[in-house]
Amino acid sequence: MKRSRIPLYTTLVCLLFFYLPIIILIVNSFNKSRFGSVWGGFSLRWYQKLMENRDVWFALKNTAIIAVSATIVSMVLGTLAAFALHRYRSRLQNAHYTLVYTPLVVPDILMGMSLLLLFVQVKVQLSLFTIFLAHVTFCISYVAMVVLARLQDFDFSVVEAARDLGASTRQVVTGVLLPLLAPGILAGGLLAFTLSIDDFVITFFVAGPGSTTLPIQIYSMIKHGSPPVINALSTILLAVTFVMVWLSQRLTEEKTTS
Amino acid sequence: MADRTSERKQEWLISAPSMVWLTVLFLAPTLLVFAISFRPSTPFGGVGEGWTLQTIRELANPNYPAIIWRTVWLSLATTVICLGLAVPCAYFMARARARWKPVLLMLVIIPFWTNFLIRIFAWKVLLHPEGLVKKLLLAVGLVEPRDILMYNENAVLLVLVYSYLSFAILPIYAAAEKFDFSLLEAAMDLGATRLRAFLQVFLPGISRGLITAALVVFIPALGSYVIPDLMGGPSGEMIGNKIAQRVFVDRNLPHASALAAVLTLAVVVPMVAVIFLQRQKKPARAKEAGG
Repeated sequence: MKRSRIPLYTTLVCLLFFYLPIIILIVNSFNKSRFGSVWGGFSLRWYQKLMENRDVWFALKNTAIIAVSATIVSMVLGTLAAFALHRYRSRLQNAHYTLVYTPLVVPDILMGMSLLLLFVQVKVQLSLFTIFLAHVTFCISYVAMVVLARLQDFDFSVVEAARDLGASTRQVVTGVLLPLLAPGILAGGLLAFTLSIDDFVITFFVAGPGSTTLPIQIYSMIKHGSPPVINALSTILLAVTFVMVWLSQRLTEEKTTS
Repeated sequence: MADRTSERKQEWLISAPSMVWLTVLFLAPTLLVFAISFRPSTPFGGVGEGWTLQTIRELANPNYPAIIWRTVWLSLATTVICLGLAVPCAYFMARARARWKPVLLMLVIIPFWTNFLIRIFAWKVLLHPEGLVKKLLLAVGLVEPRDILMYNENAVLLVLVYSYLSFAILPIYAAAEKFDFSLLEAAMDLGATRLRAFLQVFLPGISRGLITAALVVFIPALGSYVIPDLMGGPSGEMIGNKIAQRVFVDRNLPHASALAAVLTLAVVVPMVAVIFLQRQKKPARAKEAGG
């Protein structure tokens, strides 16, 4: 049977559309010339300039602190949420599901705005801590959804088997459930980590003075900074993204082999 | 098995941490947005005591209808273009050889995970007066040297599509993967044209994916703020920019809240409908499979 060629061409156009801007950006980060449309020879000077930029290092430190702490807390809360949602069918879980699902679809600006109002009303000083609270709030839902998807394929008869063999609840959780679900929980954590590193809008609303994160720094560089240095920073972040995607693919692939 | 009350206690125990966190830091602040819309603003950028309709009256500002209209049409246009591109892509990916599927999927997922400020910046560089796109279009003779490609609605639309296209492809691909393609052949054997088989068999078959895709593009697009901020200029502003201006420029929190409340209502209605439908469908399917 003859197949239409439209899908093939559309896919090629989309991939070109996706990657052309990114590739040009990477190439330009090694471009000696300041102007993106002229090739002035290979150079690492923009990377050197980036390394000398103390604001970037400061922002990177803040981003790391928030990402690590928000990931850990949201992994715990998200995994518990997924367990409850999977295990029980009740009115409570219907409400719980709506509460977990809604943050996934609410636009960032609304979440940022509403959290800012909360912090202003209860007179919490905006700082790294308020950013941490905000990040945990949006990460919980993502972790819960990833773990919930893993639980759907999970064979609960192993839990029954462990119980029949006399395992206590604690032994079942630490000896059976957690090791088997670890890849799913880690994949959720990885997603939370990436989201936390990337978030700009919500962070921008709840950040106080001195709590600049990397995306906020990038934003102010886009507005006022030198484009080639942003190219260099973007290239590094893209490399980190590739590694993250690769890692999370590896984690989800295990599902099919095990 | 444990008796009912301890089972119930356990359920509460496991559900409480996330429910409490999200109630305090998500549900309560969302309700607060509505409450503060009825508060007066103070000259120091705070929220005053008492209740007022002043802020709601200020929404009659003649600029707003134009901005709300632009926000809605840009979001709709983004959704339509993204779905239009995503359906053929997802179809191609789902029918690709098993060896190629993970590669294609990876190629779509990478932009999805890429920092979106970087993606916007990449286009800012391209559309810059000294950028490549401008030079190319000049060479072909499509633009005049004086034309500016950035800071207008079209630039905003372009970057919106660029940012949300992978959001649209992924759910449609997930649905297309589960679609039984022999149905298309059956339809054509029965005399349907290729187009008719595509429209009447394939599209209904992936409807869940289409609905999810439309939702995950349309809703974030409605709340866009950074893309119009960096690409749009004053002629490409969306409602998100107005919220941010009220917060960061004039520090009028009640006014920003009123705008956010309008946006929340615009977002919540389609969302609740879809959640309800999805939650409703699941048990029904389980029953079908069981019985």
